Amino acid sequence: MAEMDTSSGGGHKKGPGVKKAKKASTRVDLTPMVDLGFLLITFFIFTTTMSQPTAMKLNLPKDTDKEEEQNKAKESGALTILLGKDNNVFYYEGILTTENASANFKSANFGSGDDGIRKVILRKKASTNEKDLVVVIKPSDECEYKNVIDILDEMSINVIKRYALVDISIVEVQLIKVTEAAAGGK
Amino acid sequence: MSRPKLPRKSTNIDMTAMCDVAFLLLSFFILTTKFKAAEAITVTPPSSVAAKVAPEKDFVLLSIDKDGKVFLSMDDEQKKEFIATSLNNTKNLNLNVKAFVKAPFIGASFAQLAQFLAIPEDQRKGENMPGIPCKDSTNNEVTEWMTLIKSAYNGQKMELLLKGDNASKYPAFKNIVVAFKKNDLLKFQMVTNPESVPVGSELYKKSSSGEKRVE
Repeated sequence: MAEMDTSSGGGHKKGPGVKKAKKASTRVDLTPMVDLGFLLITFFIFTTTMSQPTAMKLNLPKDTDKEEEQNKAKESGALTILLGKDNNVFYYEGILTTENASANFKSANFGSGDDGIRKVILRKKASTNEKDLVVVIKPSDECEYKNVIDILDEMSINVIKRYALVDISIVEVQLIKVTEAAAGGK
Repeated sequence: MSRPKLPRKSTNIDMTAMCDVAFLLLSFFILTTKFKAAEAITVTPPSSVAAKVAPEKDFVLLSIDKDGKVFLSMDDEQKKEFIATSLNNTKNLNLNVKAFVKAPFIGASFAQLAQFLAIPEDQRKGENMPGIPCKDSTNNEVTEWMTLIKSAYNGQKMELLLKGDNASKYPAFKNIVVAFKKNDLLKFQMVTNPESVPVGSELYKKSSSGEKRVE
């Protein structure tokens, strides 16, 4: 294929003393070209990201003012997660009162370590009846959208069936502020 | 006694065929790669383990950029035309219906909308636009937009999408959710980047045991 017939087919005889021109081979070594071709292929394959955005479903509860239509959560099965600024996470179990605030209100993070929120959720899940378990997520105004997605993602990672996105109360905002200030002062 | 001489074969292989294949593959990959269209609104969505691919048809997409500005985009041109005409009728906005239909995104308040559409399309960049106001509950125009869109779709299938930037703050998200709720649009999807399920987590165990994931 890479060769060409260069012999002059049936050409006329040259007289004595006329030197025949040396036939130069037209064969080209294609190996480097193949190398280059495959190099480019690998480059394009590796740099192409097959990013197809995915979507996460979220169903909102209907707002009702009627008391009997509201979902009641059992106190023992409730875990409330609060999202603060700078990726801070706080949580408490059951109901937060002024008496138990210091012991019940704990901080966590998004890591997978022992004080990561995943471990906290799993501990709660293991210690409570599955029917009673409900996770309440309360993002504060200072947290980022990413944190909200992360925590909702955490629900699907840990297979939590009942969870709710709820507005934060002023008391909780205060508590977050105090805790954050104390952590910052350390 | 000497062994019969084997005819010496050349070690040169003809590389032409291989070269052809290599470049054929190369051209195939280059031609089939779809380049991501430059987006007017720069939004980097967070990642999640959700495996469902985001819908690309009949969508109504609300984007929140990193400053919390809200932009609206939708793909159905008929519905857009309907919305533009009804806006002109009810609010006397004097909108250029054609420009509204062709606009890739909407990012201005009702009062500034005609002005927004007058800007040439290639100069409409998300960061220079004011966005749809939804900062507080008294002036939440997203609610009105959703009412309009809902009436335009009139019960037909519509994929409500929300695409937020990593760094956008929660209140922007909350205000949009409030706007959805006011219109009884209780089902929506959040656009994210795919992420692998952490090894050892409950979801991981579930999916590896062959159980189908509940979306």
